Amino acid sequence: MSTTRAAPAPSSHRAAPERGRSGGDDRRLTWRNRLYRFDMRYMPYLMIAPFFLIFLAFGLFPLLFNGVVSLRNYRLDDPTLPYWAGVENFSKLLGDEDFWNALYNTFGIFLLSTVPQLLLALVVASLLNRKLRAQTWWRVGILLPYVTPIVASTMVFSVFFSRDFGMANWVLGLFGLGGGDTPIDWRADKPHAWIAIATMVNWKWIGYNALLYLAAMQSISKDVYEAAAIDGAGPWKQLWRITVPLIQPIIVFTVVLSTIGGLQLFTEPMLFDLNSQAATGGPNGEWQTIGQLIYKVGWKDLNLGYAAAMSWALFVITLIIAGLNTLLTNRLAGGRK
Amino acid sequence: MGRAPQDTPAGLWTYLLLSVTFLLAAFPLYWMFVIATSDDQALAKLPPAVIPGNQFMVNINEVFSLQDVYFAASLVNSVIVSTVVTASVLFFCSLAGFAFAKLRFKGSRALMLVVVLTLTVPNQLGIVALYIVMSKLGWNGTLLAVIAPGLVTAFGVFYMRQFIVNTVPDELVESARMDGASTMRVYANIVLPAIRPAMAVLGLLTFVATWNDFQWPLITLSGTDFPTSMVAVSDLASGNYVIYRRVLAGAFVATVPLLVMLFIGGRQIVRGIMEGAVKS
Repeated sequence: MSTTRAAPAPSSHRAAPERGRSGGDDRRLTWRNRLYRFDMRYMPYLMIAPFFLIFLAFGLFPLLFNGVVSLRNYRLDDPTLPYWAGVENFSKLLGDEDFWNALYNTFGIFLLSTVPQLLLALVVASLLNRKLRAQTWWRVGILLPYVTPIVASTMVFSVFFSRDFGMANWVLGLFGLGGGDTPIDWRADKPHAWIAIATMVNWKWIGYNALLYLAAMQSISKDVYEAAAIDGAGPWKQLWRITVPLIQPIIVFTVVLSTIGGLQLFTEPMLFDLNSQAATGGPNGEWQTIGQLIYKVGWKDLNLGYAAAMSWALFVITLIIAGLNTLLTNRLAGGRK
Repeated sequence: MGRAPQDTPAGLWTYLLLSVTFLLAAFPLYWMFVIATSDDQALAKLPPAVIPGNQFMVNINEVFSLQDVYFAASLVNSVIVSTVVTASVLFFCSLAGFAFAKLRFKGSRALMLVVVLTLTVPNQLGIVALYIVMSKLGWNGTLLAVIAPGLVTAFGVFYMRQFIVNTVPDELVESARMDGASTMRVYANIVLPAIRPAMAVLGLLTFVATWNDFQWPLITLSGTDFPTSMVAVSDLASGNYVIYRRVLAGAFVATVPLLVMLFIGGRQIVRGIMEGAVKS
């Protein structure tokens, strides 16, 4: 009996007030009904509220508030400045050589890391897509870089790319490149520093992207390959003519992901520097990225307003590039069909 | 007769190339260990040292007894931050995922769309303002500033919703309701037991990401004596004369927990990444 009473009938809430006036048992029923109504109507909102509250407070609000701060004078060491700066921060940005240099570096490293990363991930994925012994172990193995902290791996690579006893120069020497007498100074100019940093990024993310591609590859119908093989397409041709066009959505996804990540590159260029706390990215900013410059301007030069203007500019650039990427990748991959 | 790649037994070349890939993926980690166990001379050798030395305890002791970097405390901080964030992400994301997957309420579709859209918002771009928010709250320099922004994630909500939609039958939820179970009861008795695998995946991914975070902890905890272990490792390398066997010993110690997780939960991590991919 008691279960039947507790079980709420859809119409009961209309009858409830009337019954509520008489007797203790009925009042409990009403109370339960109210609880039930609350549970049905408002509980879902309570359950999703934490996400929206946290996102508003620490995600969306800061992002937009950045726009306000970028129009202000906000120096941590000089609170006496006039409140509003107007567009001053932005006009300063346009003529700021450091900013354009950092933007140039960011794009250079971004291209050197994204393109090889995704191409190699495709190749690794197509290797993993065959019938393998100890399949799981191969997949787990390529995730070693993914779980390694960037802070730790950057320290290792930083030593690999040292001029005199670095592993990178030694290996190149084995192939007769860069030779023992004239070792490459990886921190001396843009191209070398960019390659070194891009190598760290590539190392970290190839395995992860390969797994994303592998997942998509496994959902391709087997008939397509059979047909292609009958037409005489070898594995390499199959990869480029069938697999790639068919996993296009995930390729677009990874391109957008690496764009967002690549434009914000911070840890690798910071710790590649022998004097990492300076955040200058080399003596002449050879590899200073925007992420690093924002950190330097905000927390070393204590000019948060100007740093906010840079963040805001980077936000807009990221949006534009991500949009362009989607368009371009769609067209390139879709054009084959 | 042609066969799909996934039905073609891998040949020698495939194994060879995969082995090379694996070696390249593992070598930096192995070499980190080599230097962490060596003396100062090991770095100045050509050809480079590739065999671990016997100085591991010496280097470790040095790292832990440094006066200006409280390494042990920073490890404890990392454990606290990652554990709290992981527990909270699991709880709040599974709750929200359940609501979006199985409960009917006004605006649920639109709100879910908002969740998906927020997946593409890079929090890092609001970092200056986030710092200002935290200083208004008085949280800068405390672990709260590191923990709070990570308490619940859009990815987690999305992931949980997908999993619950696919694995928890509507009938089960309905019948529990008929028996008078409240929403939280349904969550505890029906949803939770069913989503254990997804909890494991999300938990592992969240723990790894939180443990490895560097930029935000560096900004909000800089100047404090007790940062997270990632900031502490970078502090090891910040002096004028950097002792790399010490830096890499510290880096190695801070990496070991994640290697253990990969070793134990590798299968789940792989599945998590692959499933997250197909559905997004």
